[in-house]
Amino acid sequence: MPGAIYAEGLVKTFGEVRALDGVDLDVPEGTVLGLLGPNGAGKTTAVRVLTTLLRPDSGRARVAGIDVLKHPNEVRRSIGLSGQFAAVDEYLTGRENLQMVGQLYQMGAKAAKARAGELLDRFNLSDAADRPAKTYSGGMRRRLDLAAALVVRPPVMFMDEPTTGLDPRNRQQLWDVIKELVSGGTTLLLTTQYLEEADNLAHDIAVIDHGRVIERGTSDQLKARTGGERVEVVVQTPEMIEPAAAILHRFSAKGLNKAEATVDRHTRRVTVPVTGGAKLLAEVIRELDTHGIEIDDIGLRRPTLDDVFLALTGHAAEDAPATDAESPAAQRAEEAAK
Amino acid sequence: MTASTESFTHSRAPRPSGGPAQAVRDSLVVAKRNLIRMVRIPEVVIFGLIQPIMFVVLFSYVFGGAIPVPGHPGNDPSVYREYLMAGIFAQTVTFATAGAGAGIADDMHKGLIDRFRSLPMSRGAVLTGRTLADLVQTALTMLVLIVVAVIVGWRIHDGFPRALAGIGLLLLLGYAFSWIGALIGLSVRTPEAATSGGLIWLFPLTFISNAFVPTSNMPAFLRHVADWNPFSATVQAARQLFGNPQGAASNAWPMQHPALASLLWSLLIIAVFRTLAVRKYRSATA
Repeated sequence: MPGAIYAEGLVKTFGEVRALDGVDLDVPEGTVLGLLGPNGAGKTTAVRVLTTLLRPDSGRARVAGIDVLKHPNEVRRSIGLSGQFAAVDEYLTGRENLQMVGQLYQMGAKAAKARAGELLDRFNLSDAADRPAKTYSGGMRRRLDLAAALVVRPPVMFMDEPTTGLDPRNRQQLWDVIKELVSGGTTLLLTTQYLEEADNLAHDIAVIDHGRVIERGTSDQLKARTGGERVEVVVQTPEMIEPAAAILHRFSAKGLNKAEATVDRHTRRVTVPVTGGAKLLAEVIRELDTHGIEIDDIGLRRPTLDDVFLALTGHAAEDAPATDAESPAAQRAEEAAK
Repeated sequence: MTASTESFTHSRAPRPSGGPAQAVRDSLVVAKRNLIRMVRIPEVVIFGLIQPIMFVVLFSYVFGGAIPVPGHPGNDPSVYREYLMAGIFAQTVTFATAGAGAGIADDMHKGLIDRFRSLPMSRGAVLTGRTLADLVQTALTMLVLIVVAVIVGWRIHDGFPRALAGIGLLLLLGYAFSWIGALIGLSVRTPEAATSGGLIWLFPLTFISNAFVPTSNMPAFLRHVADWNPFSATVQAARQLFGNPQGAASNAWPMQHPALASLLWSLLIIAVFRTLAVRKYRSATA
């Protein structure tokens, strides 16, 4: 039985550009699919097709069991849409926005008003409820936007880059709301540029590039294919490369086919895939110290969207911002890589 | 954010009733939204008033003595002033085009049109709601402008019912033009482009007409254009209904039956541009 969101062979071209080049998706009811890809990969186009905003050139899609192309208005009754392109009116107050959306979902004026009050409480916006949305902070605006998508408690939700541009605290808050929503059984399709976000929220991840789904699986499966975490060491002198590689090899993650330490003689960098994170990093430093190996730099590097893309496509995710930017280890590792 | 998960229990939106009742209801919801915006951004309304008031004053006092109105010998400026007002009124109502265009382009730009298009609402309601709100704004502008016109000496001479009919024809023309604006707003990329795109063609349209000068002295070709200009028909009808000087009436059919011509023109513009705009809306992409 096809899932709550189902697409087969979606193709959409804009002039010369094939924004969607045969996309298949299947999201079982009550699960979350993270659609991961850089800018321009086709994520937003896919969401626009599935939410009835755009007609594909070919292909079929069903949302909540309803044919998107044949019965778009039926689909609209069953979905909520939130994210970068479904906005709120900045000159209306939070309350007025939600009331309007409720009425346009065909709720009665009274019911829409009551529901708006409920959602404003639910999203900690009661204090700002009667101020124009223009005065809201970025995080508040995203919450209002999400509330607007939840006015009718839709069984299927679409979120297009829900946390792009938010600071870590607001991102965490929004993630909590989304998790709670999903625990209530909502089927969710989420697009993101952040591997970390997909990791946190999605049951399954589909990686999309040039309008095609190039890989799918759980976050762990993807990471395993990408090489997972790595420890990177830059030693002071060329003679120290071999002993360092030998030590690092002992810490390498077992059971991964890429467990060999890789050595770059020119930059005196030794890299090895690991599992165990920061704790392991401390052990590595101690061990290197014990053997008298002097290092210029050491860092724990987590797989980023770039790594996923490199591993899957052999090319970098151009113009995607550096992911995982909050992790100092990753930042140091990236600086070291330059 | 700790309330019960109860608020996430699923339900679909109520089944849309469809048909005209839903269309009217949705349009009013959107119109209300646009009227709230109008109140919160009063600059738009105020700037919308300044230009027509400036035109009234400039044309009355600068051109007033220089433009003779056929059939009224002597250069009595008060004759031209009365002749002029219907033209200024008509030009003012057509400026709603730029307002509707910029508003809808802005909604496209900000992603509101996408929000609306993802909702199970009547397809024409976003545009109808916008044009209705613009009609309210135009009516308010007209009210202020009439007061200014009375101050500079404009009067109606054939009673209120006929004057109201004249104002009704003017507002209908403005409503029709806001549908042209809606189509422009959906067709351009930025609100700025919609504003200039909504205004540029209005100047030749309003000047190649009987709005500011009698057409009898225009070259023959321009005179034909002016006679059949929808704008001229409304101006002529308003002059008749206000009992203001009309200049020498041309033999062209719309000038002989200006009220009917104005009504037909406006309805035709609404029919054509509403159809085009709603079609464009259905496939609109930001």
